[in-house]
Amino acid sequence: MPALLELEAAYEAAKKDKAFQAELDLLLKTYVGRPTPLYYAKRLTEHLGGAKVYLKREDLAHTGAHKINNALAQALLAKKMGKTRVIAETGAGQHGVATATGAALVGLSCEIYMGTIDTRRQALNVFRMKLLGAKVNEVSIGSQTLKDAINEAMRDWTASVRTTHYVLGTVFGPHPFPAIVRDFQSVIGKEARKQILKAEGRLPDYLVACVGGGSNAMGLFDEFLPDDIKMIGVEAGGSGIESGKHAARFATGSLGVLQGCRTYLLQDEDGNVLETHSVSAGLDYASVGPQHSFLRDAGRIEYTYAVDDEALAAFELLSRTEGIIPALESAHALAETVKLAPRLTKDKIIVVNLSGRGDKDVQQVARLKGIEIA
Amino acid sequence: MNRIDKTFKKLKDAGKKAFITYIMAGDPDLESTMERVLMLEECGADIIELGVPFSDPTADGPAIQRAAERALSAGVTLRKIIGFARELRKRSTVPLVFMTYYNPVLKYGEEAFVADAADAGVDGLIIPDLPAEEAGSLIRLCRAKGICTIFLVAPTSTDDRMKKIASASRGFIYYVSMTGITGADLSLDSQFSAHIGRLREMSDRPVAIGFGISTPADAAKMAASADGVIVGSAIVRKFHEDPAGARDFIQKLREAI
Repeated sequence: MPALLELEAAYEAAKKDKAFQAELDLLLKTYVGRPTPLYYAKRLTEHLGGAKVYLKREDLAHTGAHKINNALAQALLAKKMGKTRVIAETGAGQHGVATATGAALVGLSCEIYMGTIDTRRQALNVFRMKLLGAKVNEVSIGSQTLKDAINEAMRDWTASVRTTHYVLGTVFGPHPFPAIVRDFQSVIGKEARKQILKAEGRLPDYLVACVGGGSNAMGLFDEFLPDDIKMIGVEAGGSGIESGKHAARFATGSLGVLQGCRTYLLQDEDGNVLETHSVSAGLDYASVGPQHSFLRDAGRIEYTYAVDDEALAAFELLSRTEGIIPALESAHALAETVKLAPRLTKDKIIVVNLSGRGDKDVQQVARLKGIEIA
Repeated sequence: MNRIDKTFKKLKDAGKKAFITYIMAGDPDLESTMERVLMLEECGADIIELGVPFSDPTADGPAIQRAAERALSAGVTLRKIIGFARELRKRSTVPLVFMTYYNPVLKYGEEAFVADAADAGVDGLIIPDLPAEEAGSLIRLCRAKGICTIFLVAPTSTDDRMKKIASASRGFIYYVSMTGITGADLSLDSQFSAHIGRLREMSDRPVAIGFGISTPADAAKMAASADGVIVGSAIVRKFHEDPAGARDFIQKLREAI
């Protein structure tokens, strides 16, 4: 609690601090490469034969995913708070890479917690983090995935709070984290609004994003909440809901308290957290950001899921029709778009958050297809 | 008067400090837990903390994490542990505190949980992931049923928060010896004495120190600064690795306090 109160005070001060904001804006522009393009996916649109599909190209941000927006900003905040070290959890490895990058840029030491299973399926990102000077700690307890990496990062932070800032990677955990991460990611939606107005002269009809913890979705959606736009969050359906091997919290979960927030959770009748499955490490998580739970119960955002096979098909479809290899996480949002666009007339517009690029997933997809690459 | 309050009063009158022991309920099964609780009482434990296993124990180090895994794989649940408390009450009047994470309580239902726990003879409740600020409804329910709510003060807690925690706590205040998780090596902050001194000035409630106390020497040192000493991971580890040596270890801890 004392650490959270300190963080909240520091964040409120940073929001009002013009020098901090100017430094962040400059780095987002010159280092991250913002604004990322809003790209009209013409061939994908023609292939689907319905609504126009635009892709918000977060895959083109430095380090290959939207995660850098938040990680870099929190690294700056940590420096401003006088911390010398940052820690983070990571699932797919994108947030770990982004945090290691932010730490290298700002000059902080960095340790990343990652579940053993995830270190195997995202071996490339483990090596990237090490190249960036971070220490990667494998977490071999529990389900050995993102949830356990968060537990271990929280344990570290409890002990190291005086010198260390915990760069939480998604809109999750205790307050003020969900608000901080939402704010740092809201640059996605702010840019998308300007870009679609310029391209089409109007706002889109649909926004689609994948939801693990939910930071890329919140980053896109937040800006448009007051507008009359349908929003769809796509969870990981894994091997299918009936198989029990999935991470679709809104499909079968119930309200619970985990890791400092009250939100939807996949849990058993005694309140223990269930194991999850997804082909995508970044979506393989038993809980979801509390803002998503609120907006879902308020009826503002609709949530659905895509199963592994649908995501893999969308992964290949985008690669072939547009020459863009998406992250497996983002492929879940594309899988929903593949279902949605043909049902809509050609004058409708969908904006999909292409939250990350798929380089990290190439080896795993090859493995799933039974192809060996050295 | 609650059994915890009575115990601290009796100890104070005798000029003694409380020896509070933690074990994980159901590690490796509830039958062994019954034997162990009775043995702890026999060896002079003044208060028993019973851990409720949870899938994500973020405040605990490896010793208790692994114990929770063993208990969960034995099928132990909060409901079964309440049944266990009821059985224990037929054989013992030792003050009994549940240490659980919040989600199992939420899932059980706060009101049903407090009613069932009180009925089973549970005296106190520690929930490390529920800050006093968020515990309003649970505190009210516990007050009505006479269960002590015990909250944690950390070395980083400000005076303002210490006041809040002290006023929300009943039975005793749990002082966390160091910033960190259970079972780590004891390393006291340079401000330790001053900090705990301020807490004791703020509140008349007994203060017990826990986290990282693993040897009789640690226990003796901590007993000098508080009304009670809590030993958890070290006992859990001993029961798991060297059950035959547990009695001797526990007696040595008792003597040190």
